[in-house]
Parts: sequence; C-alpha cells; structure tokens
Amino acid sequence: MSVRLLYFSWVRERIGLDGEELSLADLTAHSTDVAGLIRLLSGRSPGHAAAFADPSRLRVAINQQYCGFDARVGDGDEVAFFPPVTGG
Amino acid sequence: MFFTRVQAEPFDLGLEHARMARTLAPAAGAIVSFVGQVREAPLFLEHYPAMAGRQLDALLADARRRWPLLGAAAIHRYGPLAVGDPIVLVLTASAHRAAAFEAASFLMDWLKSSAPFWKKAPEGWVEARAADDEAAARW
Repeated sequence: MSVRLLYFSWVRERIGLDGEELSLADLTAHSTDVAGLIRLLSGRSPGHAAAFADPSRLRVAINQQYCGFDARVGDGDEVAFFPPVTGG
Repeated sequence: MFFTRVQAEPFDLGLEHARMARTLAPAAGAIVSFVGQVREAPLFLEHYPAMAGRQLDALLADARRRWPLLGAAAIHRYGPLAVGDPIVLVLTASAHRAAAFEAASFLMDWLKSSAPFWKKAPEGWVEARAADDEAAARW
C-alpha cells in the first residue's frame, strides 16, 4: 500500500529523483493531505528540504488532476509536484 | 474533428491545416491556426507524459462548451528544440471567424498556464510569468 510520487523540472533536480514510492504507514503517521505529505517529504533529505522549502512556488496534481494543498491523499494515488508550468 | 497530440517530432502546419479544411468542408467558414516557436535560445521541453495529453484534452472539451466549434486541435512537442523550431500548434474551426479566433486565444492562454510542460534554457529553468496567468484568468 503506497503512494507514487513524481517530480518535475527543478523539483526533480533538487531532490535528485524523478519519482519514488512512499508507504502509506509513513503517511498516516503524519497527515494524509498534501500539506502533510510536504511536511513529511521535507525531512527526507537536504534535497527534499530545498525542493519543498517554499510550497507557494509548487503546484500539485493527484492522479493527473490539479489540486490544492488541502486535498486528501489516498492509497494508490499518483502525486506529482512541480513548479508553475512554462510550456506553449 | 477534435484531437490533441504530445510528441517529440516536428509537426506540419500545412498538412494539419489541409486535413482539417478538407474534413470540415463545406461547414467551416473559418480556420484559425497558431504556431508557437522557440525564440532567442535553444530549449529543452520537459513534460509530465501521463498528464499532458489529459490536460490538453480537457482544454479542448472546455473550448467546445464555450464556442460552436466544428474542429479543434492542439499539438505540443517535448525534448530538445532549436531556435525557430515550432513548439505548439493550435487549430480551431467554426462556421464564422469570431468563434475560431476566440477559441484559439483561449486554448493558448490556458495551455500556457496549465499544460504540464517546463522550458529549460541554457541558463536554467524558465520562470512562469504572471502575465500568462492573467491572460488565462480573463476567460
């Protein structure tokens, strides 16, 4: 039982991973919303701390849909963190 | 005729336009096309594959609810791109020009502020512009 995390752009570069699996046991020990997930991830490494230092610069999608920091994270969800997009 | 594509390879505006024009004749009186291209310096376009196509599809569906479109297409590239290379193509078709012009503008504004692509220039990641969010918000 886990959550699949994906990182893009400078979030990926700061963390040094393009994604990782997180067990739900880790998650429920904290909060199960996006804000709680960010608090949990910030403690994983200096790279994570740098990536999540200013959440106002981050956008989040759960299962490929934009969501807010108060959105609930459930078992099996794909949660992506990235900066504001710059395509087009 | 409604479709989106996310691809590394170049697209052919003439071919896509001709195909839409042929398919939608004689109902379509207007086809608007927009091509965004790389300026100033080469870019690398990173994207979120599972979300990019879904987001473009959602924008097209939104445009169809707002304007009487006969057709619309959005094609967005990723990977390494040189100066002058085309990045994005938007096509909109309707009976009359106003809907096609407005829908094309709407699609580009929302694509720029919501489609999960990130530009990396030689000096680093391109910052999002507040003006792009404001352009999307006016719709």
